[in-house]
Amino acid sequence: MTRATRFGLIALLLVTPARQVWAQIPSPLVWGCDPEGGAPYVEADSADPSSLVGFEVDIANLVAAHLHRQPRFTFVAFSSINQSLRRGDFEVSFCGLEEITARRTGMTATIPYYQFRVVLTVRAADKDRFRSLADLRGRSVATLAATQSFELLKRAEPTYGITAVSYEDDVHPYEDLVLGRVDAVVLDNVVAGREQLRRGDVVAQPAVLEVGYYVGILAPANTALRDQIDGALLAAMKDGRLEVIFRKWGLWNDDQPALYARVLAERQMAPPGQAPQTRTSEGWQQAVRNYLPMLLTASVVTIGLSCASMALAVAVGILVATGRVYGRWPLRLALQAYVELTRGTPILLQLFVLYYGLASVIRLPAMFAAFLGLGLNYAAYESEIYRAALEAVSKGQLEAARTLGLSERQVLQLVRGPQAFRLALAPMTNDFVALLKDSSLVSVLTVVELTKQTQIFATNLGSWVVPGALCAALYLAMSLPLARLAGRLEQRWKAPTA
Amino acid sequence: MEGADGMNEGTPLLGVDDLCLRRGAREVLCGVMLQVRRGELVALMGLSGAGKSTVLRAVAALEPFDRGAITVGDARLVPGPLPSVSALQPLRAQVGMVFQHHSLFEHLSAVNNVWLAPVHVQRVPQPEAERRALALLEELGVGHRARALPREISGGEAQRVAIARALAMDPPLLLMDEPTASLDPARRDELGETLRELTASGRTLLLTTHDDDFVRDYADRVAVLADGVVVEEGAPRQVLAQPTHPATIRLLQKKAQ
Repeated sequence: MTRATRFGLIALLLVTPARQVWAQIPSPLVWGCDPEGGAPYVEADSADPSSLVGFEVDIANLVAAHLHRQPRFTFVAFSSINQSLRRGDFEVSFCGLEEITARRTGMTATIPYYQFRVVLTVRAADKDRFRSLADLRGRSVATLAATQSFELLKRAEPTYGITAVSYEDDVHPYEDLVLGRVDAVVLDNVVAGREQLRRGDVVAQPAVLEVGYYVGILAPANTALRDQIDGALLAAMKDGRLEVIFRKWGLWNDDQPALYARVLAERQMAPPGQAPQTRTSEGWQQAVRNYLPMLLTASVVTIGLSCASMALAVAVGILVATGRVYGRWPLRLALQAYVELTRGTPILLQLFVLYYGLASVIRLPAMFAAFLGLGLNYAAYESEIYRAALEAVSKGQLEAARTLGLSERQVLQLVRGPQAFRLALAPMTNDFVALLKDSSLVSVLTVVELTKQTQIFATNLGSWVVPGALCAALYLAMSLPLARLAGRLEQRWKAPTA
Repeated sequence: MEGADGMNEGTPLLGVDDLCLRRGAREVLCGVMLQVRRGELVALMGLSGAGKSTVLRAVAALEPFDRGAITVGDARLVPGPLPSVSALQPLRAQVGMVFQHHSLFEHLSAVNNVWLAPVHVQRVPQPEAERRALALLEELGVGHRARALPREISGGEAQRVAIARALAMDPPLLLMDEPTASLDPARRDELGETLRELTASGRTLLLTTHDDDFVRDYADRVAVLADGVVVEEGAPRQVLAQPTHPATIRLLQKKAQ
């Protein structure tokens, strides 16, 4: 035995007990949710913002205690929960997730632990006018994207002649309801109750449009943990610990005992562990056939919005650049402030301010706010390109024009502007392609464009592979011809040598 | 070529009187006196940095000056900031300029360079202006390059297009900055002949150059600029054959080396 092997053996002996001890300490139960949804699901504790409160937090704690593991929370954007679970970022999500959505996307779901009611919320003033969806013909009804409520509204669109408007979060639908951008909101009674309490000027109608169930969801293959969690939930249903939680949050009602009785009865008949539904290849093809026309329509929105915004950006950009080159100092200072403010703050923030922040002053329609937001943001970038281009036109050209008797305006229009435009063309095309992609940001203003439609598609399908590829192909189909066109124009107007 | 006002041949068209011009702390010109009579070709010589181009630029109202006065016909420039475009109109109508590097509008064809100002400043109808522009280019020997872009033509051709562009506005006084700088001897003589034809038809020319042979062959008069003033002035054969001022001597020595 060499010295090295002997040393290795000793080291192994020393380490072994430690490893056994490690194995006995259970790993934490990592669970995820989007706290932006807020109370009563998961929100930062107002007394201690570093800790979380909410009924989902209580349920996660209850389950973790049953499994003798420590709960550990992970933040995840609501629309990314499925993808994050599949990636293994966390093991389970308790986040007001609906059974019907979980099943459709092929995720593994726990047994339901809460039965919610889909209800209609209207402005207090409209309480007697809009009692049901049938009263809302020709009007817009808001909801949260990728939910049972959204599907309900989509189905109801042709029947009742309403327009479904989907939001990325569950607060802004109510904000827009109060502002009059929409005339009703369809969402779970849990959210509706919270908003009714918070605002006072909205009323949830008593009629139940549909019922649904909150479940925990896990990655498709993770049925072992699902069974353990189901065990924890069943035990808590039997001994009343779930009831304590929902009573604490004011959510307990007559629906729950019935749900629990049904779930417990079903469990006695069928042992746990059915495989989750998976999609067959025909299902895929059908889904692509169903969604492709919607993706194409969304592409039209993307290209239309991008072209209109770019036109605005170019027009405003030219004015700003001209003002900055030719204007007096107060104008130059004001324009510089505009450019710096626009370039120095996130476009997402600008869109929010324009749409929601200014809503008390002026209520811009979503599409118009998107056009304005993108256009004015890009105008700042365009103006810098034009300014640089204007300043790059040689002094000799300007002096030659002046000695010929052209006025300053004519010099700009006939000599400086056209030459600057040729210099600006390449960076402008780059910006247009960037704008085409940035137009996806306007989905936060409820505009359904290509990326948003893809996201809806992917959420329904439970996979990003096919929708992602289609979406990428459509974006490329829009941007590549542009790049080629710009290349050709640039070739034709090649900057003069010397 | 349409003749400029030839009625008063021999009377001064351009008068530079006690011209002083400072750039920062540096005095570029101080006390320049110069007169150019109608139909005359006057060459302004001087070592590099003597301020030859600055004199032309001041006359073309591209540079403000600090003292003195410039008169071109009935137009008068006084010290202080450059006048507005409208106030400059009488001067612009009488002064054309050909830049050393031609400064043709790079996005326009040769003929378009020539008709741009007649159409937009003099409001000549475009077909008429274009016809005249083509005739001018033809006269200057570059009619075949009328449709070419500036970057597609040679330096000599560009110079002729630039002359045509200035002449299209029919100014009595034509300023040319270093027209001989990049020409070979054959082209230089062609240019000289062209300029001679221009003066023969009544045009007045003031140009800057380093080329004393060209001055001897074609100029009616030469003025030598040094230390911000005109130090020597007269007929080329006399001034360049018997230079009296050290600057003129150095100028000719430099050439000989």
